[in-house]
Formats: sequence, structure tokens, C-alpha cells
Amino acid sequence: MRYAADVGALARKDLLLELRARDTLPSMLLFVVSVFVVFHFSLPAGSSDVAASGLLWVAIVFTALLALGRAFVPEREQRVLDALVLAPCDRSAIWLAKSIATFAFLAAAEVVAVPVFALFFKPVSGPMLAGIVLADVGICTVGTFVGATAVATRARELLLPLLFLPLAIPLVIGGVGASVGGDPARYLGFLALYDLLFALLCWAAFEYVVVE
Amino acid sequence: MIEARGVGRLFGEKRVLHGVDLDVPAGGFALVTGPNGSGKTTLLRICAGLMRATAGEVDVGVPRERIGFLAHDPLVYRELTGLENLELYGRLYRVVEREVRIGMLLERFGLWEARHDRVSAYSRGMTQRLALCRVLLHEPDLLVLDEPYTALDTQGAELLDAQLQELHGARTFLVSTHDPERVERFASTRLALA
Repeated sequence: MRYAADVGALARKDLLLELRARDTLPSMLLFVVSVFVVFHFSLPAGSSDVAASGLLWVAIVFTALLALGRAFVPEREQRVLDALVLAPCDRSAIWLAKSIATFAFLAAAEVVAVPVFALFFKPVSGPMLAGIVLADVGICTVGTFVGATAVATRARELLLPLLFLPLAIPLVIGGVGASVGGDPARYLGFLALYDLLFALLCWAAFEYVVVE
Repeated sequence: MIEARGVGRLFGEKRVLHGVDLDVPAGGFALVTGPNGSGKTTLLRICAGLMRATAGEVDVGVPRERIGFLAHDPLVYRELTGLENLELYGRLYRVVEREVRIGMLLERFGLWEARHDRVSAYSRGMTQRLALCRVLLHEPDLLVLDEPYTALDTQGAELLDAQLQELHGARTFLVSTHDPERVERFASTRLALA
């Protein structure tokens, strides 16, 4: 119960900070809609649905990178992470709360992005939506962990995509497979397994990332 | 309370601390002095559990929830109000009668009227006072204070003096400062880093 209360307090703080500063979500919305507009005009007429599905996943991953790049900025600016690390809560609660907040921002961006995609390219199927939700979980859990690793370094803007994008490849494979493959259940299962495995790894390892 | 033997810390190839020994009994007041770059902050961060020593051993006889750490930075969120910051830390530290304790600290440090203002609107001195409220909120047994008088005006410094006087002997202190005369009268242990 205490763990859940800690996660709740920390996630609420992240949502409140975004509500006040409005740094992340407007940028994500603008970016993802702009990407779809650019893709819409750059994709040759008569291109396949498969190509369009691929573009959706490219847009999601890079939009998520915007949120992940901002995730630890409030903590970095005032070195608040030190105070959170000293607090008696389990340190993984910091990671989980940040992942939940990032998931909320990404989901909010997708509430706009997915209808825009459907308008420009092709209708969105049920398995594709399920794939997006499962991929979001993986993106946010792994990305938040990588973001915490990168934030302690000087080359943080460079390090985050360099570390995150290779780890996101299985998510893209699973997401595209669920969107266009003949057996979406198999790909959704793969995404769920990835989420579970990496969430456990990040949960267990986060403590070692935040203490110098 | 604190026992440190041969503590050292390397940053890459640069040696910041080397062979530091420190004994601070419970209720003691250790004063750490030294020029810029002598490793005062590094030693305090190691004792607070925020950094690992690369050599030697440190035993701080309290769990981390019983430590209050004041850093160079105030460790508060600029886009939250003073009250929201203390509420957050009060929840994380499971402070009993949180609202009463927060209200008392805000009153004592002259921030009650500004409690609903965002920290970004605070002066540097007000932010430092809020940082002191944060440190004292959970009534820690060990207070690790890195340059606690930074940015405080005369009134703020006197408030901190009074707080140190009140807690002296009842809590353990590890304090670094460039102005040792200010807290010299409290010190039971002195460590000069070169």
C-alpha cells in the first residue's frame, strides 16, 4: 500500500509539473501531427497499407523520445533527484511514477495522433490499437530507465536516443506485426512478454542508476 | 553515529578525497572546512548515501530516512508551490501530522504568507529557507548540511542559528562551511580538508 501511495504521490507531482509548465505535451502533439502531414505528402500515391503502418510506428517512437528527453528535466535542473533518492520510499517507485506520467503524456498525444493517422492513411484496427497500448508500456518503462541513466551524463541528449532506439526495435517489430501481420495475437503476446521482462529488469536495476 | 575510515573518491583519474577519517558520536557536531575543490561536498554526499566512496569505509549509524540533507541546490521543484513541495516530501517521508508540521515550519521560517506561491517566484534566500524546511520536516537524527548559510539574509541566518542551537546535542550534525566562525561554538569535531 505504501509503495502504491509513493508512486501515486510522485506521479501526481509529474502530472502537476506538466500541467504548470506545459513543456512536453504540446511539443509532442505538434511533432506527431507534423510528422503525419509530412508523411502524407511524401508517401507516393498508391503506397501500401504496410508502408503506412510502418510510418505510424516511426512517428510513435520519435514522439515518445520527446517525452523521454524531458522526463527528468525538473529533477536535473534543481538536482531534486538527490532528495527523492534519499527519501525512504523504494527507489523503483521513482521510476514507476515517471513511467506512468510518461505513459499518460504519450497516450494523450496518441488520442490525437491515431485519428489523424486514420484520416491521412488507413483505418486503425483493434489489434493495431492493442499493439500501440502494449508498445507504449514498453517504451515508457524502458525509456524512463534509459532517461535516468542518460540524465546523469553530459551527453544526455545524445545518449538517450543512442541507448533507447536499439531497445525499441523489438517494440517496433511487435507493433508492426500486430498491425499488419496475419497472426496479431502472436505479436501482441510478444509485446506483453517484452513489457513484463523489461519492466522487471528496470524495476530491479533502477536503484543502481540513481546512486553515483 | 558516523565512522569513516580511509575514505577516498576518484572522479575518473582525478582524486577528490583521499584517506579521510572521521568519527562523529551521536549528538555530536562535525565541522568540515576547506577551500573550494577540497572535497567537502563529496564527503557530505558520501555520508548522506548519495555517492559511493571508491576507497575506505563509511558507516552511518542511521537508515536513510533519518538523514536530512541540505545541498548546494535547494532540491525543491520550481514549478510547485512551497506548500506542494513540502506536502510531497511529507508524504514520501510519512511524516505524522504532516499538515501541522509543515505549517509550523513555514511559520518559523517566514514562508507562511508565500506558501501558495510557486518556488520559481521565490528569492534565493526564500528558496534556501524552504530547503531548510524540507530538511527539518521529518525531524531527522542526522543533519548533513552543505553550506547552510548560503543566500540567507541576516534574519534567515539568525533563524538557522536558533534552529541549530535548539537541536544541538539532540541531533547529530555534519556541516561544511566557508564561514566556520558562525558555527564554531557548536562544533565537537573538526575536519579540515586540504
